[in-house]
Amino acid sequence: MLTIATGNRAVAEAVKAAKPAVIAAYPITPQTEIVEQIAEYVTSGDLESHYIPVESEHSAMAACIGASVGGVRTFTATSSHGLLYMHEMIHWAAGGRLPIVMANVNRALGPGWNTWAEHTDAFSQRDTGWLQVYVGTVQEAYDATLMAFRIAEDERVLLPVMVNLDGFSLSHITQSLETEEIGDFLPPYHLPHAIDTEKPRGYGPMTGPDNYYRFRWDIERSMRDAREVITEVEREFADRFGRSYGPTEEYRCEDADVVVIALGTFGKEAEVAVDRLRDEGIRAGSMRLRWFRPFPHLDLSGREVVVIDRDYSFGFGGVVANSIRAKTGIEPYSVIAGLGGQEVTYNDIADFVRGRRPGEETWFGVNNHV
Amino acid sequence: MSAIPKEEYIYKCTSACAGCSSSLCLRYVLKAAGPDSVLVVPACCTSVIQGIYPATAMNVPVYNVAFAAAAACASGMSEAFAATGRDTNVIVYAGDGGTVDIGIQSLSGAFERGANFLYICYDNEAYGNTGMQRSGSTPLGARTTTTPGGKPTAKKDLDRIVQAHNPPYMATACSAYPLDLYKKVRKALSIKGPKFIHILAPCPPGWRYPTEKTVEMGKLAVKTGMWVLYEREFGKLTINGPSKAAMRKPEPLEDYIRGQGRFKNLSPETLDLMRQQVEQNIQRLAREEEGIC
Repeated sequence: MLTIATGNRAVAEAVKAAKPAVIAAYPITPQTEIVEQIAEYVTSGDLESHYIPVESEHSAMAACIGASVGGVRTFTATSSHGLLYMHEMIHWAAGGRLPIVMANVNRALGPGWNTWAEHTDAFSQRDTGWLQVYVGTVQEAYDATLMAFRIAEDERVLLPVMVNLDGFSLSHITQSLETEEIGDFLPPYHLPHAIDTEKPRGYGPMTGPDNYYRFRWDIERSMRDAREVITEVEREFADRFGRSYGPTEEYRCEDADVVVIALGTFGKEAEVAVDRLRDEGIRAGSMRLRWFRPFPHLDLSGREVVVIDRDYSFGFGGVVANSIRAKTGIEPYSVIAGLGGQEVTYNDIADFVRGRRPGEETWFGVNNHV
Repeated sequence: MSAIPKEEYIYKCTSACAGCSSSLCLRYVLKAAGPDSVLVVPACCTSVIQGIYPATAMNVPVYNVAFAAAAACASGMSEAFAATGRDTNVIVYAGDGGTVDIGIQSLSGAFERGANFLYICYDNEAYGNTGMQRSGSTPLGARTTTTPGGKPTAKKDLDRIVQAHNPPYMATACSAYPLDLYKKVRKALSIKGPKFIHILAPCPPGWRYPTEKTVEMGKLAVKTGMWVLYEREFGKLTINGPSKAAMRKPEPLEDYIRGQGRFKNLSPETLDLMRQQVEQNIQRLAREEEGIC
C-alpha cells in the first residue's frame, strides 16, 4: 500500500509486518516515535505482541535477550545514549547468538546534549558482533528492517542486526512509503538453541581459554557467511517486492574518476552533488555504504575517493575513511562533517570533491578561528 | 520431609565451597520447582558452581546473564513463554550484590511491571564470588576485604524495598530451614505475577566459621532474631514458626556473633547498635502482623 511516512513510522510499519512476539520499549529522542507507534499497534490490536515498557535500555536489551532465547522474535529501538547504556547487553546478545533486531536512530553523544544526527553512537558498537546496516530513505528504513529479521534469523547467521537511520534528517522527515503484504517472506521464528526444558542446557556458563576463542571464531565465521545471506535475502526481496539493495548503493559510479563515500542521508545528498559536479565536467560518483558490519568488499581501484565521516575516533581519525583505507589500500580525502547535526548541503559535498586532497583530513567548518 | 521429591536437578560434585549453603538452597528450590523450570543467573557464586563449559551440574536450563540484567532478562523470557502458551517457571537465582546493588533497578522495573517470575536472592551478605567485598547487604560491623575495619553502615533493607512494589507474594527463608524454603517456593510458583524470596545463606569462607557449622549458623541467625522468617501474601504478613518463638524470646545476639570471624573485635557500641536494629525490625514485623501498622 502506498502511503507517506516518516523514517520512524516506516520502521514501526515493518515491525508490525514482522510480528515480533515480544517488544521491549524505552523512549529516547529521536527514536521515541517508533516505540510510540508500536504501542498504538499493540493497543489497537493491529499487532499482537507482548510489549514490555522497560525501565532502561540495559533492561530493554536484557528483556529481548530473555525473550529471544525463550523462543520468540523480538525487537527494540534506541538511540545515542540509550545504545551506549545497553552496551554490555549488546555484546551479550551477539555472544548469545540471538537474532534480535534493533533500530538505532543515529544521534550525537553528550555532553553537551545534542539530539541531532551523528554516527559515533553506532560505530562505538561496531566490534560487538552485530550486523549493522545504514539506510538513506524512508522506504529503505522499512525494507531494511524487514530484511533484518530474515537475515538475523538465518541459521548461517544467528546474530543480531542493527538498522541505523539518521536522527531527524531521516527519522522525522516524510517520504513516500510502499508497505507490503509480506506473506511468507519471514518464516516462523526458529532458534536452534532456544530454551527447552525437555533438553536442559547451560547457556553462557564459565568458559575457559581452551573453548572461549572457539565461540568468538564462530561469530566471525557467521559474520563472513552473512555476506552471502544478505545477498540472497536482498535478491529475494527484489524478486518479491521490486526494490533492489546491495552492500552499497552506487550512483553514476561506472565511469567515475572520483567517488564520494558516505552513510545514511549524506549518501543520498551526495547523489545531488554528483549531478552538479557532472554538469561541471567532473566525473563524480556516489557510493553510499549500506552495510558496515560485515564490511563489504569494495572495488575502488583507479579512483579517487572522498569519504564523509559523520563520526570521529579521537586521536585516530574518521572511522569510515580509515576503514576504507584499511580494506582497499586507497588513501581517501577524509572529511569530518555533520557532527551533532551540523548542516551539510549537496553544495558543500560538491565543494569537498572540488577541493579534494587525497591522503588528508579536513574538519568541515573548522578554520584557524575555531 | 517425605513430601520433597527425590529427583535431583543439581548434581553432586559442584565447584561450590565446602559448607556452601546457597547450593544447598538451590537444590531445594529446584526440587520445589520441578523440571519445567528455567534458572536465570546473573554473575554470582552460582555462575561458578554450575561448572565449566561443556560440563554442567544443572539438570534444568540455566541462562547466565550479565550482572545487572537478571530481572529484565527473566521478564522477557516469561513474556516469550506466555506468548507461546508455556507455563514454564522462570526463576532468577541471584546473589545479594546482584540484587541489592547493581541489579536493583532491573528488579524494581520488572516488579513494577508485574512480570510473571520468581526472583530469589540468596544473601551471603557480601560479594562472595570475587572474594568477599562488602555489598549493600553486608551487615553493620562485618569485616570484608573492602571493609577491613568493619562495615560502618547498616544492611540495606531489601525486603522493604521489594515490599514497596506490592508483589502478590514475598517471603524470607534461611538455608537452615529447607522444608520452609521448599514450601515457600511451591507457594510462590503457584501465584501469577512477580514473586520474591530472600534467603539468608551463611557462607563459611566469607563469614569465617568452620564449614560444618553452616546449618547451625543459619539457625542461630533465626533464633537470635537477626533473620526473621515470614511470608507476605497479597500484603498479609505471617511470621513463620521458628521466628515466632525467637521473637517472643530471642537468644542472645552474642551467640550468633561469637562464632563468626567477620565480627571479630566488634566494639560494644556496634553490638549495641546491632541489637537495637534487630529489636526494631522484630517490633516492626510484630506490629505489622498484628495489624497495628
